Amino acid sequence: MAEHSLTPLPALGGTTPAVVAIGSVTIRENPDLAMASVTTRAGGEKDLLKAAKKLTGLTLPGPGGMAVAGDWAAFWTGPGQWMVTAPFGSHEDIATIVKSAVGAAASVTEQTDGWVRFELEGRDCAAMFERLCNVDVHAMTAGQATRTQIEHLGSFLLCHAARVQFSVLTLRSAAKSMLHALETAAHSL
Amino acid sequence: MSQMNRLSGGLIDRSQTLRFTFDGLPYQGHPGDTLASALLANGVKLMGRGFKYHRPRGPISAGSEEPNAIVELRGGARREPNTRATVAELYHGLEAASQNRWPSLKLDALAVNDLMSPFFAAGFYYKTFMWPKAFWEKLYEPMIRRAAGLGSLSGEVDPDSYDKGFLHCDILVIGAGPAGLMAALTAGRAGARVILADEDFAMGGRLNAETLALNDQAGADWAKAAVAELASLSNVRLMARTTVLGAYDHGIYSALERVSDHLAVPAEGKPRQILWRIYSQRAILCAGATERPIAFVNNDRPGIMMAGAMRAYANRWAAAVGKRVAVFTNNDDGLRTVADLKAKGVNIAAVIDARKGDVVTDSRGRLGLREITVRQADGRSHKVACDALAVSGGWNPNVQLTCHQRNRPVWNEALHAFVPGDLLPGLSVAGAANGVFSTHGALRSGADAAGQALEGLGIKVAEAPLPRAEDAPVSLTPLWFVPHTSGRAWVDQQNDVTVKDIKLAHQENFTAVEHLKRYTTLGMATDQGKTSNVTGLAVMAELTGKTIPETGTTIYRPPYSPVPIGAYAGRSAGADFRPKRLTPSHKWASEQGAVFVEVGMWLRAQWFPKAGESHWRQSVDREVLATRASVGICDVTTLGKVDVQGADAAEFLNRIYANPFAKLAVGRVRYGLMLREDGMVMDDGTAARLAEDHFVVTTTTANALGVYRHMEFCRQCLWPELDVQIISTTEAWAQFSVAGPNARKLLEQVVDQDISNEAFPYMACAPITVCGGLRARLFRISFSGELAYEIAVPTRYGDALIRRMAALADGMGGCVYGTEALGVMRIEKGHVAGNELNGTTTALNLGMAGMVSKKKDTIGAVLAEREGLVRPDALVVMGFKPVDPKQPLAAGSHFIGRNDTANAANDQGYMTSVAYSPHVGSSIALGFLKNGANRKGEVLRAVNPVQNSEVLVEVVSAHFVDPEGERLRG
Repeated sequence: MAEHSLTPLPALGGTTPAVVAIGSVTIRENPDLAMASVTTRAGGEKDLLKAAKKLTGLTLPGPGGMAVAGDWAAFWTGPGQWMVTAPFGSHEDIATIVKSAVGAAASVTEQTDGWVRFELEGRDCAAMFERLCNVDVHAMTAGQATRTQIEHLGSFLLCHAARVQFSVLTLRSAAKSMLHALETAAHSL
Repeated sequence: MSQMNRLSGGLIDRSQTLRFTFDGLPYQGHPGDTLASALLANGVKLMGRGFKYHRPRGPISAGSEEPNAIVELRGGARREPNTRATVAELYHGLEAASQNRWPSLKLDALAVNDLMSPFFAAGFYYKTFMWPKAFWEKLYEPMIRRAAGLGSLSGEVDPDSYDKGFLHCDILVIGAGPAGLMAALTAGRAGARVILADEDFAMGGRLNAETLALNDQAGADWAKAAVAELASLSNVRLMARTTVLGAYDHGIYSALERVSDHLAVPAEGKPRQILWRIYSQRAILCAGATERPIAFVNNDRPGIMMAGAMRAYANRWAAAVGKRVAVFTNNDDGLRTVADLKAKGVNIAAVIDARKGDVVTDSRGRLGLREITVRQADGRSHKVACDALAVSGGWNPNVQLTCHQRNRPVWNEALHAFVPGDLLPGLSVAGAANGVFSTHGALRSGADAAGQALEGLGIKVAEAPLPRAEDAPVSLTPLWFVPHTSGRAWVDQQNDVTVKDIKLAHQENFTAVEHLKRYTTLGMATDQGKTSNVTGLAVMAELTGKTIPETGTTIYRPPYSPVPIGAYAGRSAGADFRPKRLTPSHKWASEQGAVFVEVGMWLRAQWFPKAGESHWRQSVDREVLATRASVGICDVTTLGKVDVQGADAAEFLNRIYANPFAKLAVGRVRYGLMLREDGMVMDDGTAARLAEDHFVVTTTTANALGVYRHMEFCRQCLWPELDVQIISTTEAWAQFSVAGPNARKLLEQVVDQDISNEAFPYMACAPITVCGGLRARLFRISFSGELAYEIAVPTRYGDALIRRMAALADGMGGCVYGTEALGVMRIEKGHVAGNELNGTTTALNLGMAGMVSKKKDTIGAVLAEREGLVRPDALVVMGFKPVDPKQPLAAGSHFIGRNDTANAANDQGYMTSVAYSPHVGSSIALGFLKNGANRKGEVLRAVNPVQNSEVLVEVVSAHFVDPEGERLRG
């Protein structure tokens, strides 16, 4: 990216991303991932899978799945539809990077700042999500991803380690409300 | 004397003493007590007053079915009315108070109602408060509301919080009596994910209340061991203090967990209660049974109680209800009370076994039972002195949850009780809830139900021996009410419904069971008739000469027992009622002291007060004038943005918009109108073509979600053959409107590319860079009538950009403006918005009939042509200004001819949007007027009967500013 003169502001509005520890749970705002949606165009599925593999080294996962390979990760969000992520520092213009790789096989849209992403760790994570969404969090295993609703907010829930490590993505504008909901649930346990 | 009625034994912890108060008097109890058991142990039987007649009442049960011992718990803002003393867990410092009495529980002035009881029979309200009609609202209803009802609310905000939550399991076991424990053990040992929920704080159900042995253990000890084993299994979740409230589709059950009700104050941050939604593969209902009374005259005195409850108080809580106890039963189970009480050293004054023809016909004792009258089989009567009477009319299985989806229970002739009928998919019933009353039967049926559930889930079950337990058959001769007596015999003690009331309902032809319920209120209120429903309809069956199954039952609905409203609200209360969405400029706007307004979930800056401005109009007028004179900036991120891509993206837009889009050139924006199928306007917005196969659609803030949903529906369901992909990017870009004659001058200092009128004309769009290389988007569109742009950057840079642009605007005499100024400027320019796009208006009404293309087929185009919608005098949006510029206008006013009466027949249209225009120097308005386009210059009355105002207005063009549009093209 060219050097420009605008300073980014994290979704929660702090000078640095927020980190909160409550009981065993740590909640961390993560602005360091760029994200783009990738959706198959008519007849483009095979080419997309191939191009995605070449670019990222990962196979785009099936329903409910998340795949990780090096810097890249992808999770399934709908039929023929994924979110792909990569480090923001090196991949800020992720949509252009991905689009140039997949060409006409898929539609690609920048999603980085459409979302706020929280990383959650700790042994009470699963119990905490019982108070937040209707996902069977105790049964989630590493590499699973799902769409759900948390305190009225459409969200993605990604599992990195069963019961103890998750990501929550929700609309960026509601970052404070989501953090409040997560904190409240953590305190509630 | 403290705890004068405390017996030996029991499942209470005597090593600790808990102090509590009831109606201000101090008492003592022990951990393991309920409020009711502790009061009984202290010799207190009088715990409440009847609903209508204010008769003295004591508990008749030891569980959640309790109709009488209804009290207020705690004080101050935590006061909770209408709670059952029989399930309120005692804690140190508990404050409880009786309710529905004045001035005191022992001396209640409203007991005068009891003397006037002939006037208060069933249907009393319906017959008495009919005339005059006008009295109902002002006099009768307030009067009845004051007299009726039970407890009172604190009127303060509940200081506690409530959670909602979601649980998942293979098998949900509802109730932890012998059947439930055995079912949970069977399923838990097999490795299934099990939830065992019980409303009690101690699991074990009747095992804790009886002296029956399992193997060579006391039932309570076996239950304790079973719970300990279950607790050791990681696949089993034990949920005590948790009532399963309702059964829903797909194996979903609701449950209320009382997390902190047994504490004076919930621990910091912890909820008082949690309302759970439980997703189960299978559910086993082991909810037990509720003992039913036998109605006889004056059967509601404190000290008269269900036999099983009296046994429970003695065995589990070591509390005697009286010193001389009589027992009135029609079945063997009632006789257990005799044996158990004797074993505890309580005197048995008499045993009245209805199967031998003996019955209780009356009782005496004002605040507590002193004497009963017994009529023997030979017809002779005698009186028995006693201070407590245990009554058993048999047991009703708790079938409620099997009926929550309109299934009906079926009558079992052998048991003389309703048992579950058709069941929900995945649900089975075991133990007493299924009419299996013996302990052995409960254990067996619990194990069997779990075995079948496991089999259905493909989980292997290991056979394990059942503990040995009693297996006594049911021996009962039905007796619902004692006949041939005069006086009031209570069927529903919570609603004060008597056998006579049911007779009256029958006499007045309210014989259908649902009519009976509404007419007499039988089975209503907090206990939902758990002790009265079956008896009530049995009485009706006798009166009509029908059988009980012919008489039928009323519908059971969730919740099984009362739920505080706070639990239904969960965390969605007060400031957290809904999440808040903050715009990218929120932080900066807060620093400026902006006044915010809720727009859906968004908080938008409404105006930015400056020093010296004391009225909002001063701020708004300044913002409007500064924008029109120089430049104004507004955060428009909240408008919906939908990224539309694909080979057929243009065709897709051509179909969802009423106006043509197929030929929109790359790098151009077009205003678009979306119609609903019925021809009404759904939303307006713009579509910008960034590439052959790439558009960005904007929607109004209010309709962002609805339009996106509509587009998904069109894409997935209407035209799946089109190659089009859509995704929301509303939040991904911080977007600002920059409007006013200096807009370009300002943006030239931000945008890295040439944006001269030649390079970037009106309705152009392009990906650009700003501030030295940041990717951005620029659109030259205007809703204010000024030279205007919308500029978008990735959201994290929105804060920096607004700071940069605000400083630039400041240097030019411009400003950042809020939604009020935005509204003023769009009204000045005649742009329709939410007030006009109100779901009842067509393109023709909005003066945009020409936009609906006749050359293509689009959604809504056909139905927009309906005869009634295209009549010559159809409403058309017009501008309005007061004849006297000093007069303010009011939105919602209706237009009436100068000499016409203001009524619906003379209605000419209505005013939708009003603003004070600093440009015009008066109030201005948009509104719909019949045949409006041809009525410019006409003067009408704008009549607002709600505000009682009337203003003469002139019909003008809706474009108050720059009608030729020269500014925005410049």
